[in-house]
Amino acid sequence: MTAGVKSAARGAGESTRISNDPRLSVEQVSYAYTPNPQQAPVFTLEATSFQAKAGEIVAVLGPNASGKSTLLQIISGALQPLSGRVLLNGFVTHQLEPRARGRRIAMVQQESQLLFPSKAWEFVLQGRHPYGKSLRFESDEDVTIAQNALAQVGAEHLADRWMDQISGGEKQRVILARALAQQPLLLLLDEPTLHLDIGAQIDLLETLRRLAAENRYTVVVVTHELNLAGEYADQVVLLQKGKCLRVGPPASVYRRDLLEQVFQTQLTVETGASGRPRVSILPGAQ
Amino acid sequence: MRPLTLSRLLLQCLILAIILFCVMVLALKFGAIHVSLYGLGRDLLRVFLGKSSDISSEYSLILNLRLPRILLGAFVGAALSVAGTSFQALLRNPLADPYVLGVSSGAAVGAILALLLEPHLALTPEFAAVFTPLGAFLGAAVAITAVYFLGHRNGQIDSSTLLLGGVIIASLLSALIVLLLTTLPSSNFRGMAYWLMGELSAVPSQPLAWVLRVGFVVAAIVIYTTASDLNLLLAGEKEAMHLGVDVRRVRIIAYIAASALTGLAVSVSGAVGYVGLLIPHLMRMIYGADHRILIPASAFGGAIAVVIADILARTIAAPNELPVGAITAIAGAPLFIYLLRRRFA
Repeated sequence: MTAGVKSAARGAGESTRISNDPRLSVEQVSYAYTPNPQQAPVFTLEATSFQAKAGEIVAVLGPNASGKSTLLQIISGALQPLSGRVLLNGFVTHQLEPRARGRRIAMVQQESQLLFPSKAWEFVLQGRHPYGKSLRFESDEDVTIAQNALAQVGAEHLADRWMDQISGGEKQRVILARALAQQPLLLLLDEPTLHLDIGAQIDLLETLRRLAAENRYTVVVVTHELNLAGEYADQVVLLQKGKCLRVGPPASVYRRDLLEQVFQTQLTVETGASGRPRVSILPGAQ
Repeated sequence: MRPLTLSRLLLQCLILAIILFCVMVLALKFGAIHVSLYGLGRDLLRVFLGKSSDISSEYSLILNLRLPRILLGAFVGAALSVAGTSFQALLRNPLADPYVLGVSSGAAVGAILALLLEPHLALTPEFAAVFTPLGAFLGAAVAITAVYFLGHRNGQIDSSTLLLGGVIIASLLSALIVLLLTTLPSSNFRGMAYWLMGELSAVPSQPLAWVLRVGFVVAAIVIYTTASDLNLLLAGEKEAMHLGVDVRRVRIIAYIAASALTGLAVSVSGAVGYVGLLIPHLMRMIYGADHRILIPASAFGGAIAVVIADILARTIAAPNELPVGAITAIAGAPLFIYLLRRRFA
């Protein structure tokens, strides 16, 4: 990939982009976490690469401590990779100035901690921060964008509610709305379904799929939900202990022997009614 | 949706400024010498009109002695509250306050060291005027840096470790203060001990007063430029970073400015406790957690609170005066306990 694609990405305006251009290009990124410089790294992420187009959903899968969140942080530009780089429309993400990064990349974290309660609309308006100078007051346009963001996730009715008084699923919608208010190119989600019931999980992923199609977001989602990822993702990145084992469409990555080896349990992989792979744990496998 | 607008911000500030003005007029009235509000109003107007020579001696005394003290109280309250608001956002801890975190003690040590050193250094008068506040600022900066590193665990700020760090630093510094005070001549000891409790009777000299004014305005404006970044920092450093906040820059700027405000306040009033804790909380209950309004509201609120505390300090045991820090501590400590219990319940 390469220079050709890169220059095309830089040259083309966002609206005129050719849809098959890889918008996100993760190129051989690696990382090592060392709490003490004199000691060996306690965690490493080995060279990982994949590409994603506008409108695509990429799921990052793997057992605990496989480096999923680290990879997501590197893609977001918050962590500088030890080697390699992440390009978003031709820009190296960790070299972007913070506000410029906030206008291109939005992150939905596992949970958003609130020190002091705020109303949902105040929370969503925070997504407009990268578009203003330090002391700016929100414009009517910002308010409209925030309202639209809430509407897109079906949460208009929550606007005047306090964030600490709504359910987990509702909160996740508002957090997603804040990310949409950033009007990003790249939407990153770190285990967004963690505290949600199955109905709310499906709801969230349906919303993500619709948003990715409508707004042409590139979505990268870290998750433990193999079946949801298999159903909704266009591509899957499978990690184990900091190694990238396989990248590709779910049907090509969801191989029984591979998943059994990664997740250390016996399972079956079938093709569901939608034509996508479905994983079941074998009874008594543990 | 009703986001904050400039006109709403200015209106709220105007209301608070009027309350502050009324409290200051009351503070002028109360004290050992009784004066009438009418006489005060008349003479204040004369001062504003530049006819100071027409003022009666009684009122002239009030304006010359009481007014500077009241202005100093307002300044100290505003500085400590703005510093408290900033520390609470930076450390993501609603119990953070210059006094609780040991920053005031750090400033006090710095100020005492500066006072002890000053006679031995051949300083120019201009530099001598800023020497004590400079020492206090450096002391405050060292203390907050120490507390910040003590409060870190696995790269994250840990609330309870941070508070414990503050308590430990404060007690260590208190011991250091006692040690330093014993080196003073005994005649200065009582004055110093009073000063440490927080008091407003030593009105600063003209050059020092200018340092305080300029320092306060600059530091408060600098903090205010980070107001919307501080809003996002409340959600955590990582989250703020993803929303476009240059976390490192904001942290450095706000820590330095908040330490400067603490240093300035402590260098002229000693350690007036709990103002930086109590007032931001009160203001947050009224105006919400948006720092674009919370910072100016805390400045006015802190000024109002310390001027009221000073009225009480001057009148409760009249003709004796209590240190104003004793009044703020009596009011603030129970609130601190209440917040602590609610938070960690």
